[in-house]
Amino acid sequence: MSIVTIHFGFDRAAEGLLGAARRLGDELHAVVIGDGAHDVARYADRVTALAMDYHPEACLGALVPLCAGARAILLANDTYSQELAPRLAYRLGGSAVGDGVAIDEQLRVTRQVYGGKAQAVIALKRTPGVAWLRARSFAPAPMRDTSAEITTVTPPNIEAKTRIIERRKETQTEAKLEDARVIVSGGRGIGGPEGFANELQPLAQLLGAQMAASRAACDAGWVPPTWQVGQTGKKVAPDLYLAIAITGASQHMAGISEAKNIAAINIDPDAPIFRHARFGIVEDYRKVVPLLREKLANMK
Amino acid sequence: MNILVCMKQVLDPEVPARDFRIDAARKEAERGSASLVTNIFCENALETALQFRPEGSRITVLSYGAASAEETLRKALAMKADAAALVVREDDAPPSDPLHAARVLAASVRSLGGFDLILTGREAGDWGAGQTGALLAEELGLPCIAFADSLSLDGGKLRIRRQTESGWELFEAETPVVVTITNDEHNVPRIPKVRDVILAHRQPLTQFTAVELGVPEMNDYYEVAELFIPKKESRCELVAGDTLEQKVDQLARKLVEVTASL
Ligand SMILES: Cc1cc2nc3c(=O)[nH]c(=O)nc-3n(C[C@H](O)[C@H](O)[C@H](O)COP(=O)(O)OP(=O)(O)OC[C@H]3O[C@@H](n4cnc5c(N)ncnc54)[C@H](O)[C@@H]3O)c2cc1C
Ligand SMILES: Nc1ncnc2c1ncn2[C@@H]1O[C@H](COP(=O)(O)O)[C@@H](O)[C@H]1O
Repeated sequence: MSIVTIHFGFDRAAEGLLGAARRLGDELHAVVIGDGAHDVARYADRVTALAMDYHPEACLGALVPLCAGARAILLANDTYSQELAPRLAYRLGGSAVGDGVAIDEQLRVTRQVYGGKAQAVIALKRTPGVAWLRARSFAPAPMRDTSAEITTVTPPNIEAKTRIIERRKETQTEAKLEDARVIVSGGRGIGGPEGFANELQPLAQLLGAQMAASRAACDAGWVPPTWQVGQTGKKVAPDLYLAIAITGASQHMAGISEAKNIAAINIDPDAPIFRHARFGIVEDYRKVVPLLREKLANMK
Repeated sequence: MNILVCMKQVLDPEVPARDFRIDAARKEAERGSASLVTNIFCENALETALQFRPEGSRITVLSYGAASAEETLRKALAMKADAAALVVREDDAPPSDPLHAARVLAASVRSLGGFDLILTGREAGDWGAGQTGALLAEELGLPCIAFADSLSLDGGKLRIRRQTESGWELFEAETPVVVTITNDEHNVPRIPKVRDVILAHRQPLTQFTAVELGVPEMNDYYEVAELFIPKKESRCELVAGDTLEQKVDQLARKLVEVTASL
């Protein structure tokens, strides 16, 4: 029986996913939708490149025959993977579980539940076991001496009842927030879009950081939804996460559990963020940030 | 358009971590003094439906849960959903896995009949499975679009905008279709008017049980093998100093320290 991994391009998440799959044993069959098959071939035993643009119904149709007979199917936690995983499991008669931070040989998956306040180990009852994982936090697989063979498959066109008519990118930079090493993040206490633009943005520039936000700041429309970090936002793992005017609700913390250092600026000494931060300051950010920018500029 | 919104009642996700306890034997959260609330993404879904609602539409809300889930449905009626149905579950029933929930919801959909658009939340704030909408689509043999934040009609065609990690995609869809909803600035749930809350309590509520729908109580998808509260150690060093100037200076130094070692 084989392990199938499904990739939408090659990045740190793909590396982690291949690592997780390799450690389950069995033959490793990687399916790549879009670019990246040649990179993936350095880690997998067998590669299928699906020559198609993403579309949920079309991808499912193409993946089901490729996954037949697999013991486990692993995906990362991007939009497309999360969209496909439960449906793929259903069509193969298997079970799915998501947002895994660990997986063992019996395919028991550890994940956060209750907004990050608890952790559960979930045992899948049906085969194949389908899991989408926080792939970036898994160690990569060892590279092979020779690349695996790549088979290119062009799936037949299907009559889909849904059609993607427009696609837009709205990111800050080409680099992904998930890969950022320094992140400056703002919450509801920032008070409006001006605070993000005039205070946090220049600070982020000085620190070479990308910007992020809490759900409250995104829901207020101050910054785009692509900035949201947390249980239902991006899962990030920077060396430094500077949380400004963010309470530190468990659902927010669920997105930064892999951050190496958390620092906080918050006016409230009892804010839960201080129970997670390594260092911080209890002050109004509007007083701290301008001064901080000055200091940082002088230290350069 | 005949629209269905699936809504789940959950333990209040805002219970602070220090008050959160688990029942190790049942592998469930302890209710304690926490309240039960409607899952936020279900309210985002209802709000999306209410804003979309083409002329002559009817919005039905559906929940599978304990008798207390009636509160979730009454609140939805107060937000101006048109009709509500509750599939009642025993209070002490074990937590259902997402496939069981999807089977019950699918059977309810067939029994209530004739929906063009079925909305769910992207995930529930308790177990956060993030699967029920997708599995419901499969049970019903319908297409599914995940993480949508707005719906519109363009020349009679349904358009669905959904978020991706780098931006958004616009879908055109034939009905019936299942759509899972995520949050954005436009679908923050409205607060119902006091008058509507009172009126909602007089509205009829359709009730049935899973058994009446022919769905046995069976969790054959997955099980919770362990549930625990992870230990987190944390020692936050608050920067010291007599003046703000001194404190910020300390902060700047620390920030440089952790970023310089990169
Ligand atoms: C199912 C579910 C999923 C969720 N997913 C996410 C998610 O992915 N990401 C997420 O972020 N949230 C998520 N949430 C929401 C989460 O529970 C919190 O509501 C949210 O994170 C709060 O955002 P906040 O800290 O910015 O706002 P608030 O809680 O309002 O906190 C504002 C903070 O700013 C401080 N402050 C105010 N003024 C100043 C000032 N001048 N200077 C310094 N500090 C100041 C205050 O002391 C306070 O601590 C989710 C919730 C649910 C139920
Ligand atoms: N018991 C239920 N009753 C009604 N809707 C539900 C139920 N369980 C899940 N859902 C729907 O499915 C979404 C995702 O839930 P989950 O898969 O549990 O994370 C929720 O936001 C609801 O819209």
